[in-house]
Amino acid sequence: MALLRITSPHAHGPMSTQRVMQNVLLATVPGIIVLTHFFGFGTLVNVLFGSIVALLCESLALLLRKRPVGFYLKDCSALVTAFLLCIALPPYAPWWLITIGIASSILLAKQLYGGLGYNPFNPAMAGYVILLISFPVQMTAWAPPRGMGELPGLLEAIKACFLPASFDGITMATPLDIMRQNTGLLMEDLWQQNPQFGRWGGVGWEWANIAFLAGGAWLLYQRIFTWHAPLAMLASLSLLAALFYDGGSSASGGSPLFHLLSGATMFGAFFIVTDPVTSAVSLRGRLIYGALIGVLIYVIRVRGSYPDAVAFAVLIMNFAAPFIDYYTQPRTYGHNKKPEAK
Amino acid sequence: MRKTYDFHGGIHPPENKHQSVRTPIADAGIPPQLTVPLSQHIGAPAHPVVSIGDHVLKGQVIAEARGFVSVPKHAPSSGSVIAIEDRLIAHPSGHLAPCIVIATDGKDEWLQRQIPPDYQALKKTELIDLIRNAGIAGMGGAGFPSSVKLSVKEGTHIETLIINGTECEPYITADDILMRERADQIIEGTKILRHIIAPQETLIGVENNKPEGLAALRAAAEGTGIEIVEFPTKYPSGGEKQLIEIITGKQVPSGGLPSQVGVVCQNLGSAVAIYEAVVLGHPLISRITTVTGESVREPQNFQVLIGTPMRYLLEKAGYEAQKNNRLIMGGPMMGFTVPDSDVPIVKTTNCLLAPTESELPTPPPAQACIRCGLCAEACPVSLLPQQMFWFAQSKELEKLEEHNLFDCIECGACSYACPSNIPLVQYYRASKAEIVHLQHEHEKSEHSRIRFEARQERLDQAADEKEAKRAARKQAAEARAQQADGGAEDPIQAAIERAQAKKAAQQASGASTVSELERLEQAVVTTRKRLDTASTKLDQATAEGSDLVSALQLGVDKTRAKLEVAEQALQEFQQTPTVAPVEDSPTNAAQAAIEKAMAARASEAALSPSEKAQVQLEKLQQRLQKSQDTLARSRENGEDEKVIEALEASVARLTEKISAAQDQRNAGENA
Repeated sequence: MALLRITSPHAHGPMSTQRVMQNVLLATVPGIIVLTHFFGFGTLVNVLFGSIVALLCESLALLLRKRPVGFYLKDCSALVTAFLLCIALPPYAPWWLITIGIASSILLAKQLYGGLGYNPFNPAMAGYVILLISFPVQMTAWAPPRGMGELPGLLEAIKACFLPASFDGITMATPLDIMRQNTGLLMEDLWQQNPQFGRWGGVGWEWANIAFLAGGAWLLYQRIFTWHAPLAMLASLSLLAALFYDGGSSASGGSPLFHLLSGATMFGAFFIVTDPVTSAVSLRGRLIYGALIGVLIYVIRVRGSYPDAVAFAVLIMNFAAPFIDYYTQPRTYGHNKKPEAK
Repeated sequence: MRKTYDFHGGIHPPENKHQSVRTPIADAGIPPQLTVPLSQHIGAPAHPVVSIGDHVLKGQVIAEARGFVSVPKHAPSSGSVIAIEDRLIAHPSGHLAPCIVIATDGKDEWLQRQIPPDYQALKKTELIDLIRNAGIAGMGGAGFPSSVKLSVKEGTHIETLIINGTECEPYITADDILMRERADQIIEGTKILRHIIAPQETLIGVENNKPEGLAALRAAAEGTGIEIVEFPTKYPSGGEKQLIEIITGKQVPSGGLPSQVGVVCQNLGSAVAIYEAVVLGHPLISRITTVTGESVREPQNFQVLIGTPMRYLLEKAGYEAQKNNRLIMGGPMMGFTVPDSDVPIVKTTNCLLAPTESELPTPPPAQACIRCGLCAEACPVSLLPQQMFWFAQSKELEKLEEHNLFDCIECGACSYACPSNIPLVQYYRASKAEIVHLQHEHEKSEHSRIRFEARQERLDQAADEKEAKRAARKQAAEARAQQADGGAEDPIQAAIERAQAKKAAQQASGASTVSELERLEQAVVTTRKRLDTASTKLDQATAEGSDLVSALQLGVDKTRAKLEVAEQALQEFQQTPTVAPVEDSPTNAAQAAIEKAMAARASEAALSPSEKAQVQLEKLQQRLQKSQDTLARSRENGEDEKVIEALEASVARLTEKISAAQDQRNAGENA
């Protein structure tokens, strides 16, 4: 047998892109379970149907681009996009909404830019924002959590997805919505008057956030990403919330704990902000990137006109990531100064 | 315990070191043929000093060093030289290089060895020469001649001598086994190095994954003042710059040498080789090589002669060629594949790794970079490999340099960590080569540009000179033609010019000192002289019947008229009695005034202080009188106000001076 002639290094570490993606998928499971527990099977159906659509879209794009389909599908990145977008969608979303969202994510935000690694914007968030702007009603129709109405069963959930006309679901404002629209009530009263509020955040939401935090912590432990961006985001969000909490008056934007455990905070911090492709790469860069996302989330949540802000905040900072990278190059060994940005 | 520092990044690949340390160092024996490459180090190749057919003895010099960064080669065993030719050697490029091939006779006959005197008695330079002549080149991998590293510039202060026993590459145990079996020799070699460098402290750095070696070293170093520094295992802590950072916390400046931070590093294997050279008088003709990997049945370390074919060594360890997918010289991180198992072992061969396909699989095709940053986390020099990969792909070479591409030590940690299997180091290597190539090209084109411009200038200059010569010739020819046409005009013109020049010279050389009389006399003389020459010329012309006669006649008449004028002037001058005598020229008057003043001062000097003061006072009073007169006159005449003011001021000043002089005189009298 002829000897191989290749250059060093000859050894390779155990990590692979496929494994990275599979770990991310696995880490979403606790969150999906909690969401299913509190809001019924809607999210699960979203995720399953979305995954199929995502794989189809990815295959189609790869075929059109004349790329080996199997090789690229194997990296599981399409599945990750589908999972993240479908978790963010309201449960019991109609099939066309999911399809449009996934197609936008995979085809527009990812493949049109050259596929995995070349997309400047987070595909899931790009798809989410396209849907939010195009179909605001469907996108803000959140089902009431367990205990505030009857939870539809699995069959009903499937029906809601594929025969949306026949599904007669009740929807309810999310706690973030109520908070944003609050004009005259003290926090304490707000909590008492609205059954959607739980111990710290919204009923169901707080547990979903804790579940995503757990998934994120596990990814961190697996060294899939570094702590910098998510922690910076959570820290800046908490800091702003604490600064403007003013003891819970009617003008308050909500307590830090409320913000940490509401909406997509934890999901965003550990599954969206950590998207390596679209975030800053140097460690200092990630700190800045994460912190600014936290600031934007707070500002848009409290002052903006959309109920949650993770998607917008992330997309805006996606723009800034290359710029941040440019100015945060680390100091190389044996150099006195950081590289001059020219 | 000494404080150690951490360096950025690094990885923890599976060590796979245990396989090859189960048995002691084995002697590989003498192969039938030894192929000694002339270049086994960084720097200029050695120059052969034997010819084909020569019988050589073990330890005999067969090639001499050429240049500072070079070392000689010695015969690893006795035998005869059968070839000096290009052979395949262990080099990443797989190219051929000049080698001396020795057919061994199996007697292993030593050259008459000279045991060097006690090294303590040797001078630093003598020791370095000894090390250089023993052919010792860095045995860690790069093969930098040890003597060069030891020749620290005079005046450089070396604080720390570090012996590198890190051996961070997976699989390799050559240094580990040396520590276990030859700790005494390591310490002796280190002492010699310490003697040469004379540092403040001498340390041996070892990773904590070699407990047996560490224990042996510690025991041997007892009481020598050599400190054994243990630090956590992490790849690539054995890189010289990384090791320096671990031990001293200092970073070697980019592009600089360790001596700039007061450190000299030497490999542990080199320390043993130096011990053998300095104490035993052995040149470097063999080394310890780890033979390992799943394609050999008995992985172990061998004492092997330089020049031994790899296949010979592999077979000693139970090589199963059919299982082997690639043969690596060095470790799995920075080693390179050799084209053929017949290539010889060289001074830098610390390991022969013969893995199976399952052990080190053929790399799968690279996937897209997801910018996960695992490479940046792994990079020991804090580069941003993912950004550099991007620039390398798009051939943005300037950006690559801006991102400090040339600080990359090619350790392979980024490629190891990359989840997408991107061969990052390979990209950087290629980009570095491309940049270097472009620089060469640029230099070359710059060279030819300068050469071309210089040539152009030379040609232009030659053309100009030619043109100038031609113009000069043309002018000369024209002048000659003109002379032939109206020859006499020129001599007259020339004469006039001569006269004018003379006059000017006369005036310049001191018309002021020459009296009017002399000037007039001179004028008469010269005009007469001129008239004489003109008349002679006229006579000549008349005799020859030249057509210039009329012109010359005119000149003679004019000169005669001038002469008359001059003579008249002279006469008039002599008759005038009012003309001042020569002695009264202004210079003489000035001279007289100076003399008078000096005489006055001399007489003054003879006076006593009070008398002097008295004289001074009188003088001042006179001046005051004069000034007051002038002032009065000016007032009467109704002169300008300013003038009067100035005069008043001077009167006031003089009055003041007089009172001061009076005081002085009084003081003088009192004394």
